[in-house]
Amino acid sequence: MIYSNWWKYTGVVLVLYSLIGGLLFVNPNNLLFLDETVRNLNYHVPMWFAMISLLTISVASSILYLKTFNEKYDIIASKSAVVAVFFGLMGLATGSFWAKFSWGTWWTTDYKLNGAAIGELIYFAYLILRSSVEEPSKKARLSSVYSIFAFPLFVVFTLILPKLASNSMHPGSGDTVGFNKYPLNNNLRITFYPAVLGWIAISWWITTILIRIEFLKSNKYSDEN
Amino acid sequence: MKIKLFLILLLSFLTKNLFAQTTQNPFYTNGKIYVVVAVILIIFTGIIIFLISIDRRLTKTEKELKENNKKD
Repeated sequence: MIYSNWWKYTGVVLVLYSLIGGLLFVNPNNLLFLDETVRNLNYHVPMWFAMISLLTISVASSILYLKTFNEKYDIIASKSAVVAVFFGLMGLATGSFWAKFSWGTWWTTDYKLNGAAIGELIYFAYLILRSSVEEPSKKARLSSVYSIFAFPLFVVFTLILPKLASNSMHPGSGDTVGFNKYPLNNNLRITFYPAVLGWIAISWWITTILIRIEFLKSNKYSDEN
Repeated sequence: MKIKLFLILLLSFLTKNLFAQTTQNPFYTNGKIYVVVAVILIIFTGIIIFLISIDRRLTKTEKELKENNKKD
């Protein structure tokens, strides 16, 4: 998957489609206070999907590292986390901007919002932990163990706790109107799902570039081809 | 004479075209949203072309290093 190209171009085509379609094909009227901003569904939400899929890859390779002690998996785990944190920041920024013009505030003490912020901090701690240990194998082992604890916490804070909350404003959590309850939801879906898949592919593409650079540094590329 | 007539016809077609552009060109319709779409597409394609070039350069370096390692 790291060295093939077809999925990169598939991702690009899907995102292109969603960029155009999000503005032209979707017809978002009658969506309460959201008005036209519901188009952000195609741009804000895929950031989080990209983040979570990269974190899944990260924790899976952390487990593989602890099983095999192959340096390769530690590189994959750390670089996936780096790109995941970047996409998470994009998600926070776009979400905050969207909130300003639909809820009237940049930030509010909402379960989903604070959960996402805490999740982001958990992975900041992961990156800081990595940079604070000098010895490579110790660094890899410590951060792999940390990552196995971090991932379930991230899922709890961003997905499970907001679902349990009764007074969250963010769609898809608690008793708020979710994606499924909006009118014209099928119209939104035609660009939303391609956007999610496309951004997952592009985020993984960026990750593979970072991974390959690290492989080159440690001469790991040869047993990969 | 024929050339003059031809020129007049040509120019009139040209002007007709210009009028048609302002009324039928999609970039002037629907609140000019297509202009925004075009700008977004230019930026996105630019980033993707950049990403592809980084990817290619990396593949090249990988091949070079691989061949160097074989020589050793």
